[in-house]
Amino acid sequence: MCLGVPGKVVSWINREPLFATADVEFGTIRRACSMACVPEVEIGDFVIVHAGIAISRIDEEAARRTLADLASLDERPEEGFEAGT
Amino acid sequence: MKYLDEFRDPKLAGRLVDRIRRAASRTWVIMEVCGGQTHGLLRHGIDEALAGAVELIHGPGCPVCVTPIESIDFACELAKRPGTIVASFGDMLRVPGSNGSLNRSHQEGGDARIVYSPLDAVELAIRNPDRDVVFFAVGFETTMPATALAVLQAADRKLQNFSILSAHVRVLPAMRGILSDPGNRVQAFLAAGHVCTITGYREYGELAARFGVPIVVTGFEPVDLLEGILECVTQLETGRHCVTNRYERSVRAEGNREAREIVDRVYEVADRPWRGLGIVPGGGFVLRRAYEQFDARWRFGSVATELPVLGDVRCRSGEVLSGRIRPTECAEFGEGCTPDSPLGAPMVSSEGACAAYFRYSRFPGQIACPVLSGQE
Repeated sequence: MCLGVPGKVVSWINREPLFATADVEFGTIRRACSMACVPEVEIGDFVIVHAGIAISRIDEEAARRTLADLASLDERPEEGFEAGT
Repeated sequence: MKYLDEFRDPKLAGRLVDRIRRAASRTWVIMEVCGGQTHGLLRHGIDEALAGAVELIHGPGCPVCVTPIESIDFACELAKRPGTIVASFGDMLRVPGSNGSLNRSHQEGGDARIVYSPLDAVELAIRNPDRDVVFFAVGFETTMPATALAVLQAADRKLQNFSILSAHVRVLPAMRGILSDPGNRVQAFLAAGHVCTITGYREYGELAARFGVPIVVTGFEPVDLLEGILECVTQLETGRHCVTNRYERSVRAEGNREAREIVDRVYEVADRPWRGLGIVPGGGFVLRRAYEQFDARWRFGSVATELPVLGDVRCRSGEVLSGRIRPTECAEFGEGCTPDSPLGAPMVSSEGACAAYFRYSRFPGQIACPVLSGQE
């Protein structure tokens, strides 16, 4: 039920706040989605869509940071059992 | 696809598994609240890859599953009512009530339809001005902005033939209920990433402090799930219990302000019965008085009172939903109860724990899931 799918905002359909709608691209599929909850979104942004509405704008910087952190996982100090803490 | 593939990298997932196994000095009990995460954990074999280091208990995070049978029966009665269309998400049409599902009501001459979004149900009402369209609204906080928006759009368009049957639920009171149970075994929570996308996670601070449990906001892909579990294990091993966000690309501390505002305009918090947990104080939402004309319970109040509540005594969904038993401990699992012929909602829903165990072949004494193959 809480499935959310990331997609790219490609064009506006309606910009009235309550009815704000944009076309969102999910791989090869395109669908009109409500943008009423993400007024800060611009064309080219990625959003997470749930039940036909965008519930967040993906923070690309945060995503990059997470992946960079994970790439250096083996250099992170270990906490827990074998680290003796 | 961007923001999916990177977080499904099997090599990275494998390194995280090793890291978690090295960090754990004992088996820690962690509950994932969200049914979507339950399916992700089983699909990718994470539960088996971490056996011995982490025991995953599946939470009540399947809104379809915790919907009281009375609401399903009410929806079925509405679907059978001449001139009415009941619309809902696909799973909801298959969940058995006391006397069959919405699908069965449809087969018997009623009208029940699947929609992808509550906004599609508003369109349905516009296209069918001579029919009453009722959207059966199930879901956690994640789904509420969509239904609240549907109500606001219907109000703006002055629709007289659209209403919703609200079965929305709140996650946090259910987590509190689980931690307050004297038999509770949960030592840490993976908090549901998309619920927190809407609500934020500040409210969890009090829960983490009071019960001494780490609460880690977690996403849905295998790398996300393992990141969340590693954070839980690290905190447990070092005696900490903080609220930490490991789904930063979607979740902000304060949540989504616009979405919360839209929800607040339409809904207010109320006590609600959850299947498996009983009455959860503050566990659900009802429409505010100003929007009562969009409330199916108000519009069709006379329909609700005539129905006896029966239920299926063989279904142990209550124990499954509260984490007291695993699906495979139910005598009916895979025999008297399958996705094609379900006794209860957890075997139907795409987020139900019983359906996950069935789909990913977690039959007793059998290990059949490819471990972190990264395959769908």
